[in-house]
Amino acid sequence: MDPLKAICEDPLERKWIWLSLIMAFVLGGLLGFYALSSNIHPPSNVETIDSSRLHLTTEFAEDNLGVRPNGDGSLTVTMVAARYGFYPPRIEVPVDTPVTFRIASADVLHGVHVPFTNMTTMVVPGYISEVNTSFPRTGEFSLLCNEYCGLGHDSMWSRLVVVPESAGGESS
Amino acid sequence: MNQSNAAGISLASMWVGFIAFAVAALLGLYQVVERMEIIPALTSPELYFGSVSTHGVLMGFVLTTFLVMGYGYYTATTSLKQDLWNKPLAWFGFWLTVVGVLLAAGPLLTGNASVLYTFYPPLMAHPAFYIGATLLVVGSWVWCLEMVMMLAAWKKANPGETVPLAMYGTTANAILWFITSLGVASEVLFQLIPWSLGIIDTVDVGLARTLFSWTLHAIVYFWLFPAYIALYTLVPTAAGGRLFSDQMARFAFIMLLVFSVPIGFHHLYMDPFQAGGWKFLHMTGTFMVAVPTLITGFTVIASLEIAGRLRGGKGLFGWIGALPWGNPMVLATILAMLMLTFGGFGGMINASYSMNTMVHNTQWVTGHFHLIFGGTTVIMYFAIAYYLWPKMTGRQLYSNALALKQLWLWFIGMLILTLPWHQLGIAGQPRRISSTPYDASLVDTWTTSEGLMVAGGVILLLSALMLVYNLYRTHGNAQAETNLTVEYAEPLHSIQRMPHLMNSFGFWVLLIVVYMMASYGYPIAQFFLMDTYGTVPWSI
Repeated sequence: MDPLKAICEDPLERKWIWLSLIMAFVLGGLLGFYALSSNIHPPSNVETIDSSRLHLTTEFAEDNLGVRPNGDGSLTVTMVAARYGFYPPRIEVPVDTPVTFRIASADVLHGVHVPFTNMTTMVVPGYISEVNTSFPRTGEFSLLCNEYCGLGHDSMWSRLVVVPESAGGESS
Repeated sequence: MNQSNAAGISLASMWVGFIAFAVAALLGLYQVVERMEIIPALTSPELYFGSVSTHGVLMGFVLTTFLVMGYGYYTATTSLKQDLWNKPLAWFGFWLTVVGVLLAAGPLLTGNASVLYTFYPPLMAHPAFYIGATLLVVGSWVWCLEMVMMLAAWKKANPGETVPLAMYGTTANAILWFITSLGVASEVLFQLIPWSLGIIDTVDVGLARTLFSWTLHAIVYFWLFPAYIALYTLVPTAAGGRLFSDQMARFAFIMLLVFSVPIGFHHLYMDPFQAGGWKFLHMTGTFMVAVPTLITGFTVIASLEIAGRLRGGKGLFGWIGALPWGNPMVLATILAMLMLTFGGFGGMINASYSMNTMVHNTQWVTGHFHLIFGGTTVIMYFAIAYYLWPKMTGRQLYSNALALKQLWLWFIGMLILTLPWHQLGIAGQPRRISSTPYDASLVDTWTTSEGLMVAGGVILLLSALMLVYNLYRTHGNAQAETNLTVEYAEPLHSIQRMPHLMNSFGFWVLLIVVYMMASYGYPIAQFFLMDTYGTVPWSI
């Protein structure tokens, strides 16, 4: 028995509806499968912070920003986004290394996008953004603010440099 | 004599919408030229972001709301063959909405509300901007009430009868809009207005963005509904055929109503403050809402095929050539379907929990919604206007040939504008920038597409002006229109008795309430359960 029969008389149209439903489920299912099997999720950290007092915290104090090794071979990059720049302005990380970015805004809404990589997140005042990724290609990348943050928004960008593994990584 | 006592308010509403549209199209051309940085004198972030904010408000809030209201009033009176429920109240709602627009226009045009149409706290606009936007929404609630009351009155007078499809869709949209607008209304009333007036010091940006997402997706279905109503109820007759399936149209309307509100988190995929599981839940609903659009594609194309074959079209594709391409309604439909197909593919990427990462906040997104909204939806608004203007004014359309040229230009201009935008997005260009002071290696790959977008902007402005000119000249046309009846499509199979669920809304509204509590209940409650830090206002 076709449950759609009650609302749809035409057999061809019923096939089409089934096809549409299957397509929706297959697409959703595939994305769910990769989310679970390969741990692919959008940045979804739920953690609050007082954006007006970043300089008084330990983690986001100026001296503590930048790249830090975690001891297990992975790195943590701590950054502050503030009109109109990212701090520190130049980040250097080794290729093929797990990197966790932790970013807070000191003022308004910002976004981060490093074109041609998976590094993207919104940066929302009052919350800490966290992105887990790694960079498979070496080179110099632009790190752009991709959310309107005021009249100087266009000029808010900095650099991310992915270096060969042997060179290590640091920020300046 | 006109068959509807809503012709006056419908015409007035649609004129407000189309005037806003023409102004916004002009701003659109300025924006693509400014962004390309070819005329240094025009380059100014102040002007650009003021212009983008105004363009967004005019296109997204003014054109749409007024067109939906005008078309809705006319559809209600003609499909139910009933007078307006409360004409003075309808006019009150109209003027309230107009006052809202004028109030918001002040700060927008003076650069005091360059916060974009998505508001973006903690950037703060002048309070008049938020108050004006609120009046616009409240004015549109009057329309929602009128639609629901007219349907109720009709049902009382015609117990057990099947509600005309056009009115079923219009009422679905009225209910959808009321539920949809509650999100942004709460943000503006409880957060932005008190904050901009200095009554509260800070706002929780996470909560504000969550509330806005409640509105942000379903609002596009509020915009899209008139297009779908025209596709189902006006196009089959215009093409010389019948509607393939009345029930499937209702089924699509119901699915749009139920699935379009509780799925707003696909606008928040890249945001912190909402956990991945909630985003995933909203994604599944987002894919479900593609189903009614796929059904619409099938039903509308099948209806066109019936018309083409009745007109003597033979073979697998011969019926396409046999369609009346010289009828603006039919031409707009064909072009809308093509743009919907392109835009729909892009939408699937945006909707994807993980793939969205590649395109989030890039020019790809701008390309996507200009195709779906500016393309598919707005081209159907044009078709509705060309069809209804003679019936509302009693004058023949000034020029059918001009209308056809205008529709073709809109289609071509939209493709020239939006396809390169998709390329720009993949090549990393952010949306909402007024210039590109980035690395040359990145910017150099954008030049060709940016040149094309300027060409697209010129064509679209030309097309917009042709529309307004044609409608304006129709009022003064010496030739009277003889056929003032709105000819609603007959279904291929007449239904003996419509199932109660497909002829009413009570159960569906209940279902939305439950679905909304499941998908937005905890995500909103969490802001009151955890320690959050508000943000002080910032000027642009």
